[in-house]
Amino acid sequence: MSPSLRALGDDPQFRRGVADIAPFAPGIAAWGIVTGVAMVQSGLDIRLALLMSLTVFAGTAQLASLPILAAGAPLWVLWATAFCVNLRFVIFSAQWRIYLEHLPRGRRVVLGYFLADLNLLVFQKAWPSGVAEPGQVAYAIGGATIWAVWQLASIAGICAASLVPVHWGLGFAGTLSMLGLAYGLLVDRKAQLAAVVAAAAAIAAFALPLKLNILVAIAAAVVAGELMDRAQRAGRRPQGAA
Amino acid sequence: MTSGFDAALAILGLAAVTAVARGFFLFPRRAWTVPSWLQRSLQLAPLAALVAVLAPEIFMANGHLVTTWRDARLPAALGATLWYAWRPGVLGPLIVGLCVYLPLRLLFGW
Repeated sequence: MSPSLRALGDDPQFRRGVADIAPFAPGIAAWGIVTGVAMVQSGLDIRLALLMSLTVFAGTAQLASLPILAAGAPLWVLWATAFCVNLRFVIFSAQWRIYLEHLPRGRRVVLGYFLADLNLLVFQKAWPSGVAEPGQVAYAIGGATIWAVWQLASIAGICAASLVPVHWGLGFAGTLSMLGLAYGLLVDRKAQLAAVVAAAAAIAAFALPLKLNILVAIAAAVVAGELMDRAQRAGRRPQGAA
Repeated sequence: MTSGFDAALAILGLAAVTAVARGFFLFPRRAWTVPSWLQRSLQLAPLAALVAVLAPEIFMANGHLVTTWRDARLPAALGATLWYAWRPGVLGPLIVGLCVYLPLRLLFGW
């Protein structure tokens, strides 16, 4: 294991992968600290927060799952919501498949687990051709080293959070960072409509048991988006109503 | 306080969710393409899920819509929103939001 690790460390593409992701380290660290603080402040004990940080490794899904965990919703609602938050990774994995196709299945999946949003962004900038090329796997592994930055920051946040009294309500930091993430996804009219529909439905259906309001809101938003698509397609026809 | 076996199970399940999502198209032996209708509907789901979790966290208290402006979360969310409109990002709105939230909550008890 260690000779191959050393070989990896000497690999120029691995080093390039590390160097390209390094500028993002401060941002990732800040985000990790907030997630660490939010986990503890929402009521997870330290061991559980560490377990979550080290195994779940998906900041947005972690933040989104905290209120659901605290509400004591059934597991399937929790997991379904987290999966919806993570759906973008499903799409990303189809992209990664192009570059990781030649790896044995086990390695492909293990490496894929460590590749988050930023990794694909940086990777696609470095390999704009969009086809498999030699050196890409080493480069991707180099980018995945940002995992360590995220974990260290998150653990620092977990430790710091237990020093802050709960009545400060710092769990709200998690909500505020989700707000920024959500605004970043409002890329067009359809997305804006979907967000408004999701917010209204989640609040209107709040009284539903099992935190089902979240799943209702997702369904309503997806349907609203589809209807808007159809209306736009109809409107594009020459005689279509505006 | 969330603790114990159930919570650990919940968290390990979340870890499995991450692994399944990130490995979704890496796992099959043969590659296959995503149908476009599925890709289109998948597009909105992450945003919808985020907003569905967020909105009640900002606008509701004890299962009801907030009816007072004297709730630190509202001006904090407003501040974060205004900042985002000026400088998009995650960190900036978070810091501005907390700068509004913490004084209102700790000094005025909002």
